[in-house]
Amino acid sequence: MRKTLLATATALALSASMTAMAASHSEAIKVGVILGFTGPIESLTPTMADSAELAFKEASESGALLDGKKIEAVRADTTCVDAAVASSAAERLVTSEKVVAMVGAACSGSSTAIATKVAAANGVAMISPSSTSPALTTVEDNGMFFRTAPSDARQGEVLAGIVIDRDIKEVAITYTNNDYGKGLAESFSTAYKAKGGKVAISAAHEDGKADYSAEVGALSASGAEELVVLGYLDQGGRGVIQASLDADAFSRFILADGMIGDSLIKNVDGSLNGTFGTLPGSESAGAKMFLDHAKANGIDGDGPYRAESYDAAALLVLAMQAGKSADRASIAKNIMSVANAPGEKILPGQIAKALKILAEGGEVDYDGASNVEFSEVGEAAGSYKEVEVAPKFNTMKVH
Amino acid sequence: MPETIEMLNALTLFSNFVLIPGLAYGSQLALGALGVTLVFGILRFANFAHGDLMAFGTMVTILMTWWLQSLGVSISPLPTALIALPIGIIVTALFAVATDKAVFSFYRLKKSPPVILTIASIGVMFMMNAIVRFIIGPNDQRFYDGEKFLMKAREFKQLTGLDEGLSIRYTQVLTVVVALVVVIALFWFLQRSRTGKAMRAFSDNEDLALLSGINPDRVVLITWIIAAALATIAGVLYGMDKSFKPFTYFQLLLPIFAAAIVGGIGHPVGAVVGGYVVAFSEVMVTYAYKKVFVYVLPEDWQPEGLSQLLSTDYKFAVSFIILVVVLLIKPTGLFKGKVIK
Repeated sequence: MRKTLLATATALALSASMTAMAASHSEAIKVGVILGFTGPIESLTPTMADSAELAFKEASESGALLDGKKIEAVRADTTCVDAAVASSAAERLVTSEKVVAMVGAACSGSSTAIATKVAAANGVAMISPSSTSPALTTVEDNGMFFRTAPSDARQGEVLAGIVIDRDIKEVAITYTNNDYGKGLAESFSTAYKAKGGKVAISAAHEDGKADYSAEVGALSASGAEELVVLGYLDQGGRGVIQASLDADAFSRFILADGMIGDSLIKNVDGSLNGTFGTLPGSESAGAKMFLDHAKANGIDGDGPYRAESYDAAALLVLAMQAGKSADRASIAKNIMSVANAPGEKILPGQIAKALKILAEGGEVDYDGASNVEFSEVGEAAGSYKEVEVAPKFNTMKVH
Repeated sequence: MPETIEMLNALTLFSNFVLIPGLAYGSQLALGALGVTLVFGILRFANFAHGDLMAFGTMVTILMTWWLQSLGVSISPLPTALIALPIGIIVTALFAVATDKAVFSFYRLKKSPPVILTIASIGVMFMMNAIVRFIIGPNDQRFYDGEKFLMKAREFKQLTGLDEGLSIRYTQVLTVVVALVVVIALFWFLQRSRTGKAMRAFSDNEDLALLSGINPDRVVLITWIIAAALATIAGVLYGMDKSFKPFTYFQLLLPIFAAAIVGGIGHPVGAVVGGYVVAFSEVMVTYAYKKVFVYVLPEDWQPEGLSQLLSTDYKFAVSFIILVVVLLIKPTGLFKGKVIK
């Protein structure tokens, strides 16, 4: 008897809450959060999604969004590796869930598939927080694809600029033999040559080998005195550096983001002093504010692409408010205007304030956690820290 | 005629990037190839599990080294791994003998053709592969804790005033010395000792050896113990000089077989020579000679490009090509070994 009672009570409570939810649903604006929740970056995506949903929560609780509308996030999984699954997940969000915009996707392959097959076809805007492939800059998206993560092409340029600024006129390049390494090596050498530098040799290295002395022999035979290593710090990149130091072929190195970490200094036998490189990120006020803001809401904001995820979601909310409508076309149209100047600067945790300014007919320039500034095609210019070893990685400048 | 100093620079450069690394790598391959050749000569099958037996022996030695390090044992400037090595050899020998009892003896007693034993050894290879990964994991392990350099490139430059440096690592010296000692000891054992003679007799003609009263079980046992010892020593030397990772040991199988076959499989001298032939081919074909030519040749003969025959990515292709060419042209190898049927 008691069991039956309990069951009835639970059922009643459930149905009550369901009607309550249904009621709020009719009011809520649905936004998709489509990331690789399973697959190779499954450890990163949950916190990325939490960060994005934090921005939605702020907007919903402010009561200022389109006269008190709420936002409901709908998650979907791209699997990161299967483009077909990614597009069908996005298709479901757009056609059956009827989302007005999407945060995502995370991996470049998924983003490409969704941008061309779903976002462009249905006129739904998407902002990726973490797709960095240079190919996405020219993807056929009908202006629907945006990203708060900078393209790797940009990192190549920034790094080339730093190398030239340091008056290094000739380098040898070695890169890890995959899309990341190849893309970065290409963008670096193009930018470096354009600035008057000379690339003596550009050679790939395979990860996971026991010995890199042959690779180093070829690199040093090129006659260049400086070596650019575009690889991974726990893989072949470290092997190349170790073999170079052992043979005294190179004494300092120029590194990109995949190579920078304290474990490199710890695991390499010999001095890396003078080694320098670039790492995405900034030390802006916004980055610090985001960490505090996320922490106050129970999220660890210090991790890859979390700030970018928050910013992607915030931009969508502000775009709704700027167009005074949760209409798909209106959101897509207004993203650029809220991301860039003119307008009042908006930092993390100030979404309510921004919504109010927009409601009163003002303008905002959302800077957020990652110092958002969109290029003409709607991607973050990205800021990079210039770091140098002495004897740990120290930030010299932000580019 | 280029000046003497230019010649010296070229020679130093060549030694630093070709001669010394080739010598060390060749010694490691020679020890590995000796193990393969011994098993082939006496037990009559190509043991594909040899690379992973090396990985197993190295793993045991690494675990022992860590244990000794935690106790604070050290023989600096020599690496702690040298004390751990005998224990590694004993454990690996037990493991190899146990594998033989569990797998190979079954086929041997049935007088299965060699190809069956070879295929069984592939199965054993996968098992050992998994055991090693299960115990120590698939990642890089570094366990060398001795003094690193006998001669640093920069010190060499200051000492001699040359433009090119020569770096000699202790691990390279250690590799060559240990390999030399082991090879001499093995040859003495095979040529002079009673058991060695019995093993050679068994290898030459099994039936005749049995008739003259040689105990086959003992020969098999000794062969496995020696093969395990050679595998462990080769693996530990390779791991100290480069780094230990189960997958790279599996990949070593190709150059090791190439070495054994070039020299003539079943022929110990051949294995040693083959090891150096393969190592120097790999290093010399993939080295970029531009700087050497710049030193040696007159200015207008100097090359524009890197003067590199093959990119370093093709290192393994070199072993493969050697293997194919030798099997096509001279299947018995340089020293008239057996022909794999």
